[in-house]
Amino acid sequence: MANKGDHILFDKHMQGLKREKRIVFIWQAIILVGFFGLWEIASRTNWIDPLLFSSPTKVYNLLIEKLTDGSMISHTLVTLFETLAGFIIGTLLGIVLASLLWSSARFSKISDPYLVILNAMPKVALGPIIIVALGPGYIAIIAMGAIISIIITTIVVYTGFREVDPNYEKVLKSFGATRWQCFKSAVFPANLPVMISTLKVNVGLSWVGVIVGEFLVSSEGLGYLIVYGFQVFDFTLVMAALILIAIFAAIMYKVVERIEGWLIKHTT
Amino acid sequence: MSFLTLENVTHHYFGKNDYTKALDDISFSVKEGEFVSLLGPSGCGKSTVLSIVSGIMKQTSGKVLLDNKPITESELAIGYMLQQDYLFPWKTILDNVLLGPTIHNNIDQKIKAKAIELLEEVGLYNVENQYPPSLSGGMRQRVALVRTLITDPKILLLDEPFSALDYQTKLKLEDLVFKLLHAYHKTAILVTHDIGEAIAMSDRIIVMSANPGEIAKTFEVPIELRNEMPFLVRRHPKYQSIFDKVWEELNKNETQSV
Repeated sequence: MANKGDHILFDKHMQGLKREKRIVFIWQAIILVGFFGLWEIASRTNWIDPLLFSSPTKVYNLLIEKLTDGSMISHTLVTLFETLAGFIIGTLLGIVLASLLWSSARFSKISDPYLVILNAMPKVALGPIIIVALGPGYIAIIAMGAIISIIITTIVVYTGFREVDPNYEKVLKSFGATRWQCFKSAVFPANLPVMISTLKVNVGLSWVGVIVGEFLVSSEGLGYLIVYGFQVFDFTLVMAALILIAIFAAIMYKVVERIEGWLIKHTT
Repeated sequence: MSFLTLENVTHHYFGKNDYTKALDDISFSVKEGEFVSLLGPSGCGKSTVLSIVSGIMKQTSGKVLLDNKPITESELAIGYMLQQDYLFPWKTILDNVLLGPTIHNNIDQKIKAKAIELLEEVGLYNVENQYPPSLSGGMRQRVALVRTLITDPKILLLDEPFSALDYQTKLKLEDLVFKLLHAYHKTAILVTHDIGEAIAMSDRIIVMSANPGEIAKTFEVPIELRNEMPFLVRRHPKYQSIFDKVWEELNKNETQSV
């Protein structure tokens, strides 16, 4: 009897959860529809200047047109490729750099002030120099995407390395482990969660680097479309590029989040 | 015929603005198969002694000899057990146990079989593929014990290995460790601040005093207690008298230093 009563309570609890989920979803839908609806109405009734702020239908039509003729797809692919490459290179180099810092206390001490300066410096300000050094093209833009996440990854991961409980190393050393063995079997694996959590931050940072890079120099990509649309006063194009960026940045973030969940499950 | 010898070992810790003398002129020796406890207040340097014996730390002066050779030259001699188990949470129990052999690059079926055998000997069955978080504190410390024993160390260093456990588990583990060490005829040094534990487990007790860490007095545990299981030692009629003597010595040192 008591068991049945427990079941009823549990069912009620589950129903409550479901209801809450539904309410949250409905509100999310209302905000989305409301935003685009209001934008459309405001544009058609001239509350906002339709020339400046365009309208959802115009953006939609442009997107369809440019997607069918394929030009938008190539711009999107270029930006996606640059962002992914920048993200991966930035994260990996950051981890390698952090490992080098850990491997030599002296090297770490020597680099400390430079890391502080590089970290404090807004990396996008290096844009022109990178472009001059690497030439206007993919390489420079990928470098922008990478450089923006490299230093912060280095600092976060290195701090993580140093915060590993020294007793793990003590255990290993009591077996006569070398420093490299300590790193391989304790310091590095203990830090996988830290490294994985930098992924999510880095994916956002890489978008910033790549879009700014495309602003500065490029004849392709979504960042280029924004600047181009701005120059020729075609704000429908700017909005279309923005919407694509929002969609793909969100997808990438979600994918990284999935990978993160999977990695955490399989490495810890 | 001493097995491990410390001769005038002194150690300093150097800080940014000053230094502390952690150990001052420590000399003692341990015979093969003997169980010696280092007892003293916190900060008396007893853990430092273990770190030096293990070779993890280098003493600022003095000599540590194992089998008449400097400790740094002898290989695979030391098993170290810490206050907590420090099992690696991302490794299975078996991989944790095989940490020493992995580092020395001699993993084979034989050592794996030995690992499972030893786990069973400490009462852990079918745990080899589980991960440390799914085991209780007492079980984990037993795994750590197996991890220490599998490399067949000549000498075991026990740095308060029972202090993080609840009282019941602690008493049971004391018996288990005692039994195993006697069965394999191991030499051991136990660091503890628990007088009862020191008496129950060891042949000899070295009482240390702090600031700087020195040997205050050495007590021989009565022969009747030495071969008794730790749990039974605590009930032995002779237990109380030696407890009182050690207690007195520890108190004397404390009042001096305060």
